[in-house]
Amino acid sequence: MIRIHCPICGQRSETEFSYYGDATVKRPDEHETDPALWVDYVFTRDNPRGWHREYWHHVQGCRQWLVLERNTLTHEVSACHLASEASS
Amino acid sequence: MKRLTTGGRINRDTPVTMCFDGRDLPGFEGDTLASALLAAGHKTVGRSFKYHRRRGVYSAGVEEPNAMVTLHEGAFREPNTRATCVEAQDGLVAASQNAWPNIHLDIGAVNNLLSPFFSAGFYYKTFIGPFSGTGFWMWCERFIRRASGMGRAVHLPDPDTYEKVTTTCDVLVIGGGAAGLSAALAAGRKGARVILAEQDTVLGGAILSDPVGGESDFWLKQIELELHTLPNIRILTRASVFGAYDSDTYGMVEHLSGCEGQPRQRYWQIHAPRAVMATGAIERPMVFGNNDLPGVMLAGAVRSYLNRFAVLAGQTALVATNNDSAYATAIDLASAGAGVTVVDTRTEVPQALREQAETAGIRVLRGHAVIAARGRKCVTSALVAPLDQNGQPLQLACDLIAASAGWSPNVHLWSQLYKTPEYRPESACFIPRALFEAHLQPAGLVTAPMEMAQIITDGFARGSEAAGPDGDAGTVPESFDGGPLWSGNFGPVWCAPGVKGKAFVDLQHDVKLSDIDQAHLEGYVSVEHLKRYTTTGMATDQGKLANVNALARMADLQEREIAEAGTTTFRPPFTPVTIGALVGQDHGAHVRPTRRTPIHDWHVAQGAALAEAGLWKRAWYYPQGDEDVGAAYRREAAHVRAHIGLVDVSTLGKIAVQGPDAATFLNRVYTNGWKSLRPGRIRYGVMLREDGIVLDDGATARLGEHEYFMTTTTANAAKILADFERRLQSDWRDLKVHVTSLTDQFAAMALAGPKSRALLQTLCPDVDLSPEALPNNSFVEATIAEHPVRLHRMSFSGELAYEIYTPSGHGQPVWQAIMTAGAPHRIIAYGTESMGTLRIEKGHVAGPELDGRTTMEDLGLAGLASSKKPFVGSVLRHRPLLQSEDRAQLVGLLVEGDEGARGGSLIFAKGAAPEGHGEGWVTSATYSPALGKYIAMAFVKNGQARLGEEVQIVNLLENQTSSARLISHHFFDPEGERQNG
Repeated sequence: MIRIHCPICGQRSETEFSYYGDATVKRPDEHETDPALWVDYVFTRDNPRGWHREYWHHVQGCRQWLVLERNTLTHEVSACHLASEASS
Repeated sequence: MKRLTTGGRINRDTPVTMCFDGRDLPGFEGDTLASALLAAGHKTVGRSFKYHRRRGVYSAGVEEPNAMVTLHEGAFREPNTRATCVEAQDGLVAASQNAWPNIHLDIGAVNNLLSPFFSAGFYYKTFIGPFSGTGFWMWCERFIRRASGMGRAVHLPDPDTYEKVTTTCDVLVIGGGAAGLSAALAAGRKGARVILAEQDTVLGGAILSDPVGGESDFWLKQIELELHTLPNIRILTRASVFGAYDSDTYGMVEHLSGCEGQPRQRYWQIHAPRAVMATGAIERPMVFGNNDLPGVMLAGAVRSYLNRFAVLAGQTALVATNNDSAYATAIDLASAGAGVTVVDTRTEVPQALREQAETAGIRVLRGHAVIAARGRKCVTSALVAPLDQNGQPLQLACDLIAASAGWSPNVHLWSQLYKTPEYRPESACFIPRALFEAHLQPAGLVTAPMEMAQIITDGFARGSEAAGPDGDAGTVPESFDGGPLWSGNFGPVWCAPGVKGKAFVDLQHDVKLSDIDQAHLEGYVSVEHLKRYTTTGMATDQGKLANVNALARMADLQEREIAEAGTTTFRPPFTPVTIGALVGQDHGAHVRPTRRTPIHDWHVAQGAALAEAGLWKRAWYYPQGDEDVGAAYRREAAHVRAHIGLVDVSTLGKIAVQGPDAATFLNRVYTNGWKSLRPGRIRYGVMLREDGIVLDDGATARLGEHEYFMTTTTANAAKILADFERRLQSDWRDLKVHVTSLTDQFAAMALAGPKSRALLQTLCPDVDLSPEALPNNSFVEATIAEHPVRLHRMSFSGELAYEIYTPSGHGQPVWQAIMTAGAPHRIIAYGTESMGTLRIEKGHVAGPELDGRTTMEDLGLAGLASSKKPFVGSVLRHRPLLQSEDRAQLVGLLVEGDEGARGGSLIFAKGAAPEGHGEGWVTSATYSPALGKYIAMAFVKNGQARLGEEVQIVNLLENQTSSARLISHHFFDPEGERQNG
């Protein structure tokens, strides 16, 4: 059971959120036509042991998308920001 | 065995009568089932797992390996409960387990004679060798399974109720013994919100095993009094904390069986930023021959039965020990009138302790150990030998062997969070490592302290620290004489050399010393392998008694220290948890929400058969007379094409897309262009995933300059909304767009059939519905019976059709008004089954075709992909394999015969052997009333170039083959004259 401190709703249980994935990947520019960059964006992921940035969705709460700093080893969550305010 | 007339913590004024194996079992309030069984002289209370040996009550707590009983009857039956943890209640029905016909004459006991064949890993060994995989093995396997095991689970639905609670506190104190009480007191005095959880029925822990009225009782009463004056302390008894999880979350089960007006169990999720683990320790068995014979018990348990339950477990007791703690048992037994001999493995015993024992009339044999218990049905004597092997074994008559080979701290919860505990050789036990940053801190016996004062001081300190810096914890309660502890003066011997007969390490799983030895001989080195091969520690007690002894034996054989051998992993739950408690009320229809459309009640009133679509209940078909689904959908579909029908499509996903960049947004998420769509018009669109595979389709109406109304498929509604939100909050933050789900806010119904315009015109006389004013793919706002509606002229059925949207609250009256006004036009309501038939006749794609593997080209929708703008998936849809010519393409099938096709059937070329994956597969199939034939949609390799070809449809599940011809999947009215008219 992870507990996440949502910037809008406060400390909430993991069950209210849905996990999406890696928040470190950056979507190529809309007009980018090089398939290699798109393949990289869609399919290539690191699988870090330790701290990681992830997208989570407060789907049963405020419906905000969040960027979490989470330790994949210990499940600690050190930071949680609104995706709309996170530095890209 | 006898019940003493005085003493104990039982309430002699409230006798209870229970039933054990069909016979009355008397007891008192305050008894456990185990203490009542002992008091009534039941020596044998069960048979063992593998060898069906007689077993008696062995412990007085959660660690009980032998006294496993089945409680209650019928649907309430509960197998494998520990009699030591079952409160005595009037009318309780209990039965022994794993014996037939009964525990005194058990046929399965023949296994005991055959034991050489049932040694460690025997079951695994049957997997290899001449009989493996044969019918003979399968036959034997049935008996192996039946002969082993314990109680039988009931196959009826559980009639009990359960509850779940989530709560928070500042400090969770786990365990209500001396340390836990001190911790709760300190934290409570500081004003912290405390939950004190004790698995027993009352507070006190080990104090309850002390004689009534002593110093410890006085201490307990004082502390309890003060705790009850602090309103910020919540005391929960019968509450077992079974798991420690991430983010300071603890799982707990409260046992409330028989408590008036309560559920059977309540499952708690407790969020506590700080917790104190005062879980105490469990005594370890001595290992000697026949150490499972009824009459062999843990020394501490014997003392509990004597002092707490007033049951004297034996008249002539032999106390076998390697530490000081068992002397308390010996002295109390002697005071109660039993003859007692202490057999101590140590040659050096503290002077004071020896004198105390001898004053009490106890004979102390130092440097001796029990090598075997003797007796047929229960202990009648013990074989005792000097450890230096100078001298002959003595045979001592006794009816009770109370044994202690030290204690194992209950480090489970701590280890669940912080992994491996450390081994402390001087106390021969694992204790939590010092971890100052840990949110769960151990206190009390679990840290193997040397004296009582330390238990209280440490508990108090941990509680005070957990409560934080504010407030005043006051002074530490004064200590009391806690008697001799086990943690110092420890003798290493837990198993004498030269034990005779079967010597059990794991009583519940019948694992013997010789099984550990055999695993070692067979090359098992890792402790985790040893555990699985011998199954030691794998029973319901999870090795609470067995693990350290098994480890010690293994370490000995490997000539290593226990610390090097390590322990197995501790996982939740600490004690067994009923699945029912975890489920709570979330079963049956309560597992997930049920979604009903605003028109649901009408469907039910009309006798509609309902189908589940995700969370939704949808009207499937409306049977007339004794119609089945097959007859009903044919009738309904034909009727719509001939006359008119109304179908509830409220489940469609509906999303408001608003903002100045709404058109740009739609241009990105849909493959086709949206900038040219004028207000008042509707457009069909397809969405792709980033990898170029088709995600969803639907129609979107432009309501105004910056406002669109999008529909998605029922299945993808939630997923697509979440995806839009993610893009708008991350990658596309530059777009000024807001998306809002309107799925629940709007009812939707489709009016379809050649007479739909005429009917609608009577309902909306002021609105111009002519094809010129309202062509296909446009909408108009209107009212029906004074309810606001929006009429979207668009068609899924291929008929002249209108989708009517109205705010949910107006759904039912609008539906009713249409049905009433439509009567002269012979209107019917039609369900999802005939709606599917109509869409297959038209060749529209739906869920079975949009299966997450298909491309726009596969679906024949490539024309909808704009080449003038980028959109989600626009680059990756051109990956070479997605553009390959021999991909399976959507086609129609005209199926011969009178059976039709089944979705999922494979397609093979005519004459080809039906082997492998074939050349394609059927997705949607129906009988087409319009064509008078069975038709289907299918994906066939390079199918569009093969129209006209004969193929075979092979249903491998039902072993049926039929033939079909490939044709266009636009079966009916391919030009769209009907919908556009």
